[in-house]
Amino acid sequence: MAQLSAYEKLGLARRNDRPRTMDYIDQMFSDFIELKGDRCYGDDPAVVGGIAFYKGIPVTVLGNRRGKNVEENLRFNFGMPNPEGYRKSQRLARQAEKFGRPVICFIDTPGAYPGKGAEERGQGQAIAENIALFSDLSVPVVSIVIGEGGSGGALAFGAADSVLMMENAVYEILSPEGFASILWRNSSLASRACRLMKPTAQDLKELGIIDEIVSEPPGGAHTDPRAAIKNADRAVYGHVTRLLKEDPDALVENRYRKYRRIDGRRRQMQHT
Amino acid sequence: MDTFEIKRHKVELMKYLRKNLEFVKKEVGVLPENMIEKCPSCRTVFSYKELSENLRVCPSCGHHFKMTAYERIDMMCDEGSFHELAAGAVSHDVLDFPEYRRVLKEAKQQSGLNEAYVFGTCRINARHAVIGVLDSSFIMGSMGSVVGEKIALSIEIAQRKKYPLVIFSASGGARMQEGTVSLMQMAKTASAIKRFDRAGGLFISILTDPTTGGVLASYASLGDIIIAEPGALIGFAGPRVIEQTIGEKLPEGFQRSEYLLEHGFLDMIVDRIHMKETVAKLMSLNERRS
Ligand SMILES: [Zn+2]
Repeated sequence: MAQLSAYEKLGLARRNDRPRTMDYIDQMFSDFIELKGDRCYGDDPAVVGGIAFYKGIPVTVLGNRRGKNVEENLRFNFGMPNPEGYRKSQRLARQAEKFGRPVICFIDTPGAYPGKGAEERGQGQAIAENIALFSDLSVPVVSIVIGEGGSGGALAFGAADSVLMMENAVYEILSPEGFASILWRNSSLASRACRLMKPTAQDLKELGIIDEIVSEPPGGAHTDPRAAIKNADRAVYGHVTRLLKEDPDALVENRYRKYRRIDGRRRQMQHT
Repeated sequence: MDTFEIKRHKVELMKYLRKNLEFVKKEVGVLPENMIEKCPSCRTVFSYKELSENLRVCPSCGHHFKMTAYERIDMMCDEGSFHELAAGAVSHDVLDFPEYRRVLKEAKQQSGLNEAYVFGTCRINARHAVIGVLDSSFIMGSMGSVVGEKIALSIEIAQRKKYPLVIFSASGGARMQEGTVSLMQMAKTASAIKRFDRAGGLFISILTDPTTGGVLASYASLGDIIIAEPGALIGFAGPRVIEQTIGEKLPEGFQRSEYLLEHGFLDMIVDRIHMKETVAKLMSLNERRS
């Protein structure tokens, strides 16, 4: 496939017919059982969580849920979680740790929901706690960005031992539209913003932010979802089995070191 | 003097210790006593000196003016006890982002700081601590890779020395010009706090105006004790974005300290006059019995 621009990739990542979290779950796992609720306030439909067998290994699965049409998108809030989504995630991650299950996360959200209720119920605190909890889990965590991963709302599921990205996925500080409107007060400059933000899998691999790029069929994942998911499956399984061999303390230590190192360049700081 | 001039002089002044009045007079050509500032809340006009002596709290209505990092440090640390660390760390244009080099250069000139986060060891009422302060006059106190690095370093040093950690946050969130690299600083700082927490460290997180976005959604929300200054804007999403999303106007006081306290996200609101004494008391109450 010819080299696509970052903005073209964003277009692919946002296509309604692109495979989404539920497609990955259906194809990769068996006996998936969804577990709902944050045991505090509600259940967030924008975050799906549960347990399943992954080629015989019990795993905990979390993911952003997005729709494929207007009706579904409304139901799943366009993939934008409320605090309940992050608290459900914490509950299920703790449970995974208790039973020694690896956690597999599918990232596909434009960001956390900027709503009034979300703020009242502590969106910032919920995301912070989620990141902190994941950073310290004694079980392997593998995250894969399958579509659009936007802002802290996406990173909440991305403090992982291995972070993978589909070839045409994007992982960004916020949507290019939002970025352009903040920086230049003009959201129509999104295409320029997208290029400058360097949000593609290829950019982020170079910056040491992600670990592996998963190839998509020519034309993008929507042209052959089964093949795309098969590639993701192979890559994720490789990481899960490798990480399962590691000592839990080493796992947590290496995860810490991994994020501690990310500074855009390799060694830019002179410590005094 | 017109307001522009006042601002310029004020900014210049921050580079130097305020105590050194004669030096400042020589360098800037104006005495701090002669500068004036208007309270944005009650519109009363005060001299710079009057405000400084009152810890930059409006004497007539209690409005908390913005403070620079070194003003905070002066306010909190016992005299002469602050030793700054990693002061020379400067940011680089990691993504080759247009104008970022210029933005950084201007921020340095205007704030007199190398980056938005200043930290070091100090004593607070004779007790050892690591103190860190975000200064919103440096690119909105945004958390780029060097700010993230310095915050993580301050946490690690507090852990190593077994000192309590006190961080004053003031930030617009992520550093746009560093893209996803900036986003990753949330993971860096939150996981450093988690380790500090596991090691039994005391983290007092103090939220000042404004604490938003990725800073609120990482280390700043993870304090053992979370304090806010009165009237500070504290939220994940900006009020403008929320209004656009939900298509309605937000109520008065939304995302302000008092509102967060009411919703259960703060331990307390402490005004600046009582901040040092409160933090010192919390430090002594949280000392581990050994
Ligand atoms: Zn006033």
